[in-house]
Amino acid sequence: MNNKSLSAWDRVMLARSIERPTSIFYITNVFDDFIELHGDRCFGDDASIIGGIGLLNGKPVTVIAEEKGRTVEEKTKRNFGSPHPEGYRKALRLMKQAEKFRRPIICFVDTQGAFCGMGAEERGQGEAIARNLREMMDLTVPVIAIIIGEGGSGGALAIAVANKVLMLENAVYSILSPEGFSAILWKDSSRAQEAAEVMKMTAEDLLKLNVIEEIISEPAGGAHLDKEAIAEAVKNCILSSLAQYEGKSPEEIAEERYQRFRKF
Amino acid sequence: MIKDIFNKKKQVWAQPNKSIVNTKVPDSMWIKCTGCKKAVYRKKIEDNLMVCPHCSYHMRLSAAERIRIIVDAGTFERFDFEDVVCSDPLNFPGYKEKLEQYSNTTGLRDAVVCGTGKICGHKAVICVMDSNFLMGSMGYVVGECITRSVEYATENSLPIIIFTASGGARMQEGIISLMQMAKISGALAKHNESGLLYLTVITDPTTGGVTASFAMLGDIIMAERGALIGFAGKRVIEQTIKQKLPPNFQSAEFMASHGFVDLVCERDKMKNLIGRILTIHGGGKHE
Repeated sequence: MNNKSLSAWDRVMLARSIERPTSIFYITNVFDDFIELHGDRCFGDDASIIGGIGLLNGKPVTVIAEEKGRTVEEKTKRNFGSPHPEGYRKALRLMKQAEKFRRPIICFVDTQGAFCGMGAEERGQGEAIARNLREMMDLTVPVIAIIIGEGGSGGALAIAVANKVLMLENAVYSILSPEGFSAILWKDSSRAQEAAEVMKMTAEDLLKLNVIEEIISEPAGGAHLDKEAIAEAVKNCILSSLAQYEGKSPEEIAEERYQRFRKF
Repeated sequence: MIKDIFNKKKQVWAQPNKSIVNTKVPDSMWIKCTGCKKAVYRKKIEDNLMVCPHCSYHMRLSAAERIRIIVDAGTFERFDFEDVVCSDPLNFPGYKEKLEQYSNTTGLRDAVVCGTGKICGHKAVICVMDSNFLMGSMGYVVGECITRSVEYATENSLPIIIFTASGGARMQEGIISLMQMAKISGALAKHNESGLLYLTVITDPTTGGVTASFAMLGDIIMAERGALIGFAGKRVIEQTIKQKLPPNFQSAEFMASHGFVDLVCERDKMKNLIGRILTIHGGGKHE
């Protein structure tokens, strides 16, 4: 099956597929070493965001990753990849730590969106996301974000204020799920397929809109059909993106990110 | 009974007018309070800053009304930003017509009015969102106008005050609306680094992408009494967790008790309070 012929809705289905490699797969297969670090130092530890330190081709990096989980048990533990405020606060804590030690930050984005629940509101979901947007803009180390599955709205953007945003060929990135979009605009969530086609949520559409810098090709039929190949492709893309920041000053790195988003 | 007369009148007012948001005051002598549902003499509530004299419910204000009661008379100078126009990035069916329709009913170009003005004698950059325009939603025009206003404040060493009122990011512009959240937050980061004051005044309603960006980034966050403030909509949360939410959930008072708002303020005290904050900040610039 040629990926080129896939509709936007086909890609939504692929991005959500239970077979699709999630963040844990990439963390295990892209980095030489990885140590997970826990907690936001305020309230708790959110398992829907994995954060930690590791080595990429021998060089230190900080990794932030939204993880949906694969099994029922793991999905429950990880809240299906929908973070609470403490997840975003943990991410920010580790990103500030990365800045202190001058490590590049690699973010894997894969979420339907930030969690919509009582606790999330009580603990300031909006504030947590807002703070990440502002603070990430100021980071003086390179930030590379890779959208590997679903990039759902503010919950995705909160770890994607990056110098370079890369996207897997069959991943999607949007303001809202196609179901939510059609429910709001057409009062009919069953028109999700139609919504997916008009939302410009595929990698190809987003490249044209300059929302992303690069598309990482997937094996025919999807990333899950040749995992070794996709891990290598992701690794190579991260390495070539990071190479562009060698010799750049901290101020240049932050300013480049600011200008990247200023153009919208 | 006088009460019966009111009840009869109510039938007339209850006719829905879909082209305008339900808080838009109908052009009649009487207004039904959104809070206590009592009929109030229009002039009386207008003289009371659109606050119900019976239950103190704060009705929503248009941007023009907000500017009139907060900014010193005759000092507001509006930024034109005439080159900022909506590009309709999704070519969304009916969107351009909808914008035109809202423009006609509200007299606004989009959901925010920006400019400079004085409050209690202190000059500031002021942005006021208007929920009458497509629920105050944020697309490119709103995002760009606010960003330019923040940049103007940074360049001219002025404090910025943003009155939020928004349903969040504008769906019709898709991902471009989402990007506005990062863009405005970036401009605010630079304003912040310059040692200047950013005051957020959250008014009813403020949700979604606006809450999750500039509404929550003020050095000081003030909320108008009773304002709805939240990230996710109530209905979405109830569907997600499959239980009813308590009535005051996501109110200004709820947010204050959870530590996300500095001050909950009544409308008649708001101008004075903003003035005092600006005075303490030396007019906004940290020397």
